Amino acid sequence: MMNIFNYIERRSPIHAMTGASKLVCLLLWSFGAMSSFDPRFLFALFVLALVLFKISKIRVADIRFMLWFTFVFCLLNNLLIFLFSPMHGTEIYGSCHEIFHIAGRYTLTQEQLLYHLNVFLKYAATIPIVLLFVTTTDPSEFASSLNRIGVNYKIAYSVALALRYIPDIQREYHDITLSLQARGVEMSKKASLGARLKTASGTLVPLILSSMDRIEVISNAMELRSFGKNKKRTWYRYRKFTAWDFGAMLLGLAVLLISVVLTAFVNHGRYFNPFV
Amino acid sequence: MKNTPVKSIVAIAIGAALFFVCGRFVAIPSPVPNTNISIQYGVLALFGAAFGPFVALLAGFIGHALIDFSYGWGIWWSWVIASAVFGLVIGISKNHVKLATEKFDGKRIVTFNIYQIVAHVLAWVVVAPILDIVMYAEPWNKVFLQGFVAALANIVTTAIVGTILCVAYSATKPKKDSLEKK
Repeated sequence: MMNIFNYIERRSPIHAMTGASKLVCLLLWSFGAMSSFDPRFLFALFVLALVLFKISKIRVADIRFMLWFTFVFCLLNNLLIFLFSPMHGTEIYGSCHEIFHIAGRYTLTQEQLLYHLNVFLKYAATIPIVLLFVTTTDPSEFASSLNRIGVNYKIAYSVALALRYIPDIQREYHDITLSLQARGVEMSKKASLGARLKTASGTLVPLILSSMDRIEVISNAMELRSFGKNKKRTWYRYRKFTAWDFGAMLLGLAVLLISVVLTAFVNHGRYFNPFV
Repeated sequence: MKNTPVKSIVAIAIGAALFFVCGRFVAIPSPVPNTNISIQYGVLALFGAAFGPFVALLAGFIGHALIDFSYGWGIWWSWVIASAVFGLVIGISKNHVKLATEKFDGKRIVTFNIYQIVAHVLAWVVVAPILDIVMYAEPWNKVFLQGFVAALANIVTTAIVGTILCVAYSATKPKKDSLEKK
């Protein structure tokens, strides 16, 4: 069965950190990167993320597929932005430095290029951190991390359950598809869109009904063990915070603070504007 | 049938897992980039109608966040939240559709579909684009077009897949007055 969350086991300080501190760092970092449109700041984050990658001993070869996927996604998004709104940069920065005219309403401006640079850098600054989190955090530790950062343990537990049952449901889906194909149901690209939708729901019906049974079985088992009786619970994967964990959380906080300072005092807004 | 909290927790988990599997492995690409024709909303609609807003909201949120995590393109919070909003709105239909106790036909199918249309429009034409503009400062005409395409595709798929699933699920539940005294 394919490992969907791409956890790669290595020995590195980043792997040794608790999932909770990495999650805090990830959330603060992505929020900081999301709110600022300052290319200098975003580029610094990108470089910092590369350094963290080096420490984690995750190689580019490990994540090549995901990087490729993200790159295409990012490219399409940029293309779409330009197609729909070639003057978006001008609207944001309030000035217009034309480079050359393409055709019709499409004119390349410096402002637009800066905006696209920002969008690119936003991906470059956040994607490595998300990948780092995904490749260095054991999914089964993830749930206890959620609980650690203040998510109600019942909700955290349902995330753990979801992660636990994804492979099972995936296998079941696969089995149902194979048995349908054995009976001659066309599911490949050759069938029309409507026909594929119909066969897809044909596959789903048995999957859903067996999942509904599963819900009964699991919740009965949990109730028999008095799940949810107490206000708190302990976690098998619980670990104590170390200096690295505090370091990671401080780093996340620093990123967010710098982003806020840049927005509030340096750039007087979310955008770094070199055109005024 | 009373929904105990434990049952809701498990329903959230299985709902999120199904959402994930359907969204990740059964995706049929649409002509507009970054937008798939996704049958997972049919599943989420069934969970909303069967278990209510709380379960569907969290199942949508967790399932969508897990999909984004597994692709590694970063979490696109605006769309994750939109999925949660869809779950919340379709979940309100639970008390009108009454999958567990009443027969799912005619009027109830229409009610269910009106709910899912409203939920999709709210999620993809209102919530997702506005959050995209606020969070990522994207051009409004691009995000609204993406929203419209997503809403339209999702409404059609949910109308087909969701309705079929609800009919199948409802058929497995014993109905009120299904026993006759002779």
